[in-house]
Amino acid sequence: MTKVGKPEKLIVNGKRLDGRDLEEFRPITIEVGILKKAGGSAIFKFGGTYALSAVYGPRTLHPRHLQDPRKAVLRCRYAMAPFSTTERVRPGISRRSVEISKVLKEALSNVIFFEDYPKTGIDVFIEILEANASTRCAGLNAASLALAEAGVPMKDLVSACSVGKVDGKIVLDVANEEDMYGEADLAIATVGGEDKIVLLQMDGIVTKEEFMKMLELGKKSCAEIYKKQKEVLKEKYKTGEEDVSD
Amino acid sequence: MVSEVLVKERQLVIPGETLAIGLDYLPGNGCFREDNKIKAKLLGLARIKDRFISVIPLAGVYKPRPGDGIIGFVEDIQTTFWIIDINSPYSAILPLGEAVSEYVDLSKTDISIYYDIGDVIYAKVLSVSKSKIVQLTMNDYRARKLLGGRLLKITPTKVPRLIGREGSMVELIKSKTNCQIIVGQNGVVWVKGEKESLAVEAILTVERESHTIGLTDRISKLLEEKQNY
Repeated sequence: MTKVGKPEKLIVNGKRLDGRDLEEFRPITIEVGILKKAGGSAIFKFGGTYALSAVYGPRTLHPRHLQDPRKAVLRCRYAMAPFSTTERVRPGISRRSVEISKVLKEALSNVIFFEDYPKTGIDVFIEILEANASTRCAGLNAASLALAEAGVPMKDLVSACSVGKVDGKIVLDVANEEDMYGEADLAIATVGGEDKIVLLQMDGIVTKEEFMKMLELGKKSCAEIYKKQKEVLKEKYKTGEEDVSD
Repeated sequence: MVSEVLVKERQLVIPGETLAIGLDYLPGNGCFREDNKIKAKLLGLARIKDRFISVIPLAGVYKPRPGDGIIGFVEDIQTTFWIIDINSPYSAILPLGEAVSEYVDLSKTDISIYYDIGDVIYAKVLSVSKSKIVQLTMNDYRARKLLGGRLLKITPTKVPRLIGREGSMVELIKSKTNCQIIVGQNGVVWVKGEKESLAVEAILTVERESHTIGLTDRISKLLEEKQNY
């Protein structure tokens, strides 16, 4: 992939660069249970954004001084693979990945029942294999599925998506160029497709009205993602009893 | 207000799914109450028993409970107790008094003559404290050191399925493969006997397909087909 310069217009005749409508997702692919050794794992793709998540635990937490005798400790690691973008990313932690790890940890902390496993640690790893904007949203979606598959007790699934302002219009699920040259982008995550927001980050300048519009669109779209996540989990663990008519 | 159950017995539920509405039902294992709704907190199969609604998880780690028979690995030896890895986030302690019935003069004996590091034992969980300190006991007719054979780990939540109703599944595998099989509640299985490989294959199949129906018949067929291997 060669580096693209700024296109003249990001929205032409109501269609975006990749031919999408304003309020349309990129194709979403979800898979769960792909890593054998992990307690739970999932892949979440928004078009060219590819997030892989693995969950280990609850397991004995080391170093011991981090153990909490009352509840489990959640540790979250978000990282981008060196080959995930056009320019090589230095592997390991960076200022950006530390921040994202922290916000994702806080988003997930809202749904996990920590008191069920005192003294233990739950490790969540989110690896971005291909980055094409809204990586934190894809990562969070994958992580919440991986947690469910690992059998970690939680209140509900977390669903996330991004909303942006491009060429003065509010759009859903910003892609690469829109993220780079758009006016604003907003990452939002809700619990169970309802009105409970656990992650809200914005970059750029919008008016109050625009912001409220973005928020509404974000919430509505998170509910759509939630539905998809649910479907995938139900499909993966079909009991074979559904077909039996009674 | 009328209470209502929204799921069927053995239906697959995902975390956050509402299982029942109303205060006439109570949340059992794997469930929680939010306002007047009972919701699942795990991915698993719903179970309704009287007024209790619970979820049998499909995955998860072993949580020790008193009375469980488990297979553990001796991890470390201290002067008066052993530390046992029980395939759980918490390791367990086997005190000398619970392991050996005779008098042991600690000034003269090294307790590794009873159980040494790396030994595999079948033991019973004696107690679990609130801060998750687990004590084991060998004071049970089934408790012993396991010698030889093969060990495999399955998901602990699938142990009841492997055992089957009144032991039907594990008895089937035992008789068809001529093996001794001990299933620990913590998901560690010990297999020793004639057709170990076949038994292992059957056990892993049970684990993989535990949430589907008609499993006993399929396992029975699998064991018949591969009798001659």
